[in-house]
Amino acid sequence: MNTIDTLQFAFRALTAHRLRTFLTASGIAIGIAAVILLTSIGEGVQQFVVSEFTQFGTNIINITPGKITTHGGSLGAIGSSRLLTIEDAMALKRSRYAQYINTSVMGNAEIRAQGRSRRVTVYGQSPDFPNVFNMSVSTGQFLPADDPRNPRAYAVLGAKVRTELFGNTNPLGEILQVGESRFRVIGVMAAKGQVLGFDLDDTVYIPTTRALEVFNREGLMEINVAYRPEAPVQAVTDDLHRILVARHGREDFTLTPQQQMLNTLTTVLNVLKFAVAALGGISLLVGAVGMVTLMHIAVSERIAEIGLLTAMGATRTRIRILFLMESTVLSTLGGLGGLAIGSSIAWLLKVLVSGLPVSTPWDYVLGALALSVLIGLVAGVVPAMRAANLDPVTALQTE
Amino acid sequence: MIHLADITRIFQMGDQSVYALNKVRLNIAVGEYVSIMGPSGSGKSTLLNIIGLLDQPDKGCYELDGKNVTDLTKDEQAQTRRDKIGFVFQSFHLIPRLTAAENIEIPLILSEIPPDERKSRVVEALHAFDLQSRAQHRPAELSGGQRQRVAIARATILRPKAILADEPTGNLDHSIGAEVMMLLEALCQTGTTLIVVTHDRELSARAKRHIGMRDGKIVTDTS
Ligand SMILES: Nc1ncnc2c1ncn2[C@@H]1O[C@H](COP(=O)(O)OP(=O)(O)O)[C@@H](O)[C@H]1O
Ligand SMILES: [Mg+2]
Repeated sequence: MNTIDTLQFAFRALTAHRLRTFLTASGIAIGIAAVILLTSIGEGVQQFVVSEFTQFGTNIINITPGKITTHGGSLGAIGSSRLLTIEDAMALKRSRYAQYINTSVMGNAEIRAQGRSRRVTVYGQSPDFPNVFNMSVSTGQFLPADDPRNPRAYAVLGAKVRTELFGNTNPLGEILQVGESRFRVIGVMAAKGQVLGFDLDDTVYIPTTRALEVFNREGLMEINVAYRPEAPVQAVTDDLHRILVARHGREDFTLTPQQQMLNTLTTVLNVLKFAVAALGGISLLVGAVGMVTLMHIAVSERIAEIGLLTAMGATRTRIRILFLMESTVLSTLGGLGGLAIGSSIAWLLKVLVSGLPVSTPWDYVLGALALSVLIGLVAGVVPAMRAANLDPVTALQTE
Repeated sequence: MIHLADITRIFQMGDQSVYALNKVRLNIAVGEYVSIMGPSGSGKSTLLNIIGLLDQPDKGCYELDGKNVTDLTKDEQAQTRRDKIGFVFQSFHLIPRLTAAENIEIPLILSEIPPDERKSRVVEALHAFDLQSRAQHRPAELSGGQRQRVAIARATILRPKAILADEPTGNLDHSIGAEVMMLLEALCQTGTTLIVVTHDRELSARAKRHIGMRDGKIVTDTS
């Protein structure tokens, strides 16, 4: 008996009971659809989060004051550690790995221009800030490369601040008051939108040292070091660590490579994705149980037929293959249906709910198909063995 | 063609041993027409099942078509059944979801005969058993006589050496039963060995050789 005949035989057996075949296949279809849909959403969310996270570059190491100890407390919070300073940043700049350095301070402040005022997030940044974080300027220029200890009082506006304060007039060269200090506007950033909840356009960028004065602070909040992408993270971290320890006398700061955060994030997202897929897997399991039941019923109903096939010379292997083929055809049909349903809903979600990143990866599609074939085989094994091991004489006496 | 030597088949019923066949000796030549009669429980079906390799004796030796088939593996038995034996049952045993033509085709499919040849052989068989108009009907849409004709067409489509029929007319009217017997006898005339278990004296009388059974033994054997 060749494969085509076996397939045809299985199809005839399945179409003889359309309703129950449909219902059982639906069980598998719903399971596969759930798995496909949930993993599609999971995959989309992961891609979204990672791209949000990496749009500023991944070859960055962030340095914050205070050492995070294993028991959680930060020494910096107690104030016993030395502050991170502009001079620290200048020393770090001399590391052979450092490509760009940014020093960062941030706070809220009242800004005023053209008789209008607004409360925004004010960032004190270095001239290299756009290079470190892949940001770009739309009009004018970013902060010039002045002496970081005594920079000129220039300001660069976020896209939203520019329209809110200056409307359609040209802001370049205008005076902007930040707190009590006056700055000259020399550039406007390209619009960036919301990133992980922060509105990056409702901001003003001023030189770090000026921002320290505005906020009346002593130390930096963060130093960001961009290193050459080909440099090994560990070597870069070690070098920066050595430089800072030499200056501070001890380790009272924390180095966090972006890559490491990304890895942690990816791990967390993978676990989430897996959990969500497992949720879909449960409904698939329910479908599979339905299939096992159906195959047992099918064998019980067709005992006389099995006896007959045996009398006509079908081997045990043949009988086993017939029933395995039947369950596999059934589950594969269910799987194809589920794939169609799952990916259509995923597609609809993507189209209808803007901003919801949904993507159905091809390997998941193939995986789901392979999974449904596997379910068919596994669900069919025990019933098929039962069928093949029937005693033909007794089987033929069954009505 | 069939040589049974001291065939014994014992069924264990609780702590009792039932001798369904007790040292049966039987030789049947190619092309013989044999009827088997005997009271219910005398071992007729068991004898037929052993001849048809559906059941194995506990003792004794069985030679079929010049070959000792007593100790064949299950797969070898299946192959021998397929190639040499045709079964006809009292309850027809047609597959209900398949049409008459498809039921007749099953042995050809199991033997992996190419589709073209299958089709022409099925058409031939439908013609031979006067079933052309019923080819696309399912068993439920056929009369008892038609069903048994489909079953006989199926049993003979591979031209077996022996046809084993266990009460083939048991579910049929007397006249229809006689028609079915005539079909089987026609096959016998072309050289097929025919062994029929029956309760019907009149039908039994048509056979050339009559075997009587009682309590698992052959008690009469007349030609
Ligand atoms: N599977 C079985 N298990 C137990 N006893 C059986 C089985 N098959 C047949 N028998 C016994 O073997 C004897 C012969 O049975 P069988 O060959 O069916 O008789 P017949 O066909 O002549 O009516 C009977 O006593 C029957 O009860
Ligand atoms: Mg009987």
